[in-house]
Amino acid sequence: MSADAIVEVAGVGKTYEGRVQALVDVSLGFPSGKLSTLLGPSGCGKTTLLKIIGGLIPATTGEVWVKGRKVEGPGPERAFVFQDFALLPWATVLRNVAFGLELRGVPTAEREEIARQQIVEVGLAGFESTYPHQLSGGMRQRVGLARALAVDADIILMDEPFSSVDEQTRRKFQEELLDLLRRKQKTVIFVTHSIEEAAYLSDRIVLLSPRPGTVSKIIQPNIARGQRSADEIRRDKNYLDAVDEIWQILRRYVA
Amino acid sequence: MRLFGRRIPVGFSLAFWFIVWELVGRARLSTIVPPVSRIVMAGITILPSEKFMKAAGISLRSFAIGMGLALVLGIPVGVLMARVEGIGRVLGMWVNIFVSAPISALVPILMGVIGIGETTVVVTVFLFAVFVIILDTQVGVRNANRSLVEMARSFGARRLQIHTKVLALSALPEILTGVRLAAIRGVKGVVIGQLLVAIIGVGELFELYSKHFLMEEFWSLVILVFLFAYLVSEAIASLERRVEYYASTR
Repeated sequence: MSADAIVEVAGVGKTYEGRVQALVDVSLGFPSGKLSTLLGPSGCGKTTLLKIIGGLIPATTGEVWVKGRKVEGPGPERAFVFQDFALLPWATVLRNVAFGLELRGVPTAEREEIARQQIVEVGLAGFESTYPHQLSGGMRQRVGLARALAVDADIILMDEPFSSVDEQTRRKFQEELLDLLRRKQKTVIFVTHSIEEAAYLSDRIVLLSPRPGTVSKIIQPNIARGQRSADEIRRDKNYLDAVDEIWQILRRYVA
Repeated sequence: MRLFGRRIPVGFSLAFWFIVWELVGRARLSTIVPPVSRIVMAGITILPSEKFMKAAGISLRSFAIGMGLALVLGIPVGVLMARVEGIGRVLGMWVNIFVSAPISALVPILMGVIGIGETTVVVTVFLFAVFVIILDTQVGVRNANRSLVEMARSFGARRLQIHTKVLALSALPEILTGVRLAAIRGVKGVVIGQLLVAIIGVGELFELYSKHFLMEEFWSLVILVFLFAYLVSEAIASLERRVEYYASTR
């Protein structure tokens, strides 16, 4: 475990209803300011692990430490982005983005000011008074991301955020996400089942084995991103090696 | 509506039945069916009369108080039943029995307990309305998107906030349906309550007209009550249509 880990998972296990073992003895640290991916086949408990880190579900064994404090539930230093977006259908984009702040009792004018800035950041300027059902999937997830950014958490937990988004939108979104998160110095923990997505986005990839899920391997793709374009990165030798290495491990888990 | 491949306006069906009614009435087949035109005339004379205004005032007040109580009590009970498993199990059976029970049969008992007066009518309206509100609220909250609740929790929502800012609004389409059905039942409650008590409000008028065989006045009163129930239900239905998009996006 690295010394500068902002999130530490120590011996975490999760058993559902006393029978189904979703996770067993997971221990790892997530470095501050980096994008780490939890990758594995479906049913490996990656979303469960993310939700335990988020404090949404309790671990059966072990504990999670965030910024040196034990996780007992959700906290303001962590913000969640959901697979199904989880937007309030009766609220406008503006109110949805400000919802986290609204729950914290931030005055209306102040929270809407912050929300407006975040809406611009995620590229949704002009859609402030639109309702979620009027937006495409990709745009809805931008709202979800803006909502997570609005509460200014250090750690952003993303649960397969692009899985309900079409491929073109997904690529563009990935590029923008990388750009945005690097600029904001956020620590991101990202759940995905896409090898390419993991290799493209991550500083660090945590491979999980299937049920009961446990850490199989940690890969650091070491792709020099700098000012290079997405296409250049996708032709980078380290990127291709990472994709190959992940596949060699995961193919064993595919029945 | 289409007939022989041609579009027919909705109002046509109404007009058609009124014409049939008018003809039957004019044919003097039965004394209890006067022609529509005479009923309308009777309605026009009744409407501004002091007696009707007073009766309508009393009836509306009973309806409003009974419905108000049903809303204030029914929605929280429905939410609780959906959220607290024990409460749902204990009350669920009773609510299901009462929602289909013939409440009218209880009114005479209510009269014995509460006395003959407006309170009995208010309680009748309440009993007619409350159970369907409870039931629909419960269904709405149960069907509420779990992931919205999880989202609210992840942003640090307290229990009360989850109920007021997520669950209640999420269940709004079902709650409104419940309220609409409750309003229709509530109108029945007023009329039945007052008919059985028979000395106040619209019920008194019904009693008066039927006893003296004033069929034109009687029917015009029936139509007025029907119109009132229809307008209330349509007003709520238009609210329902405004929140219809909820269902498709949750």
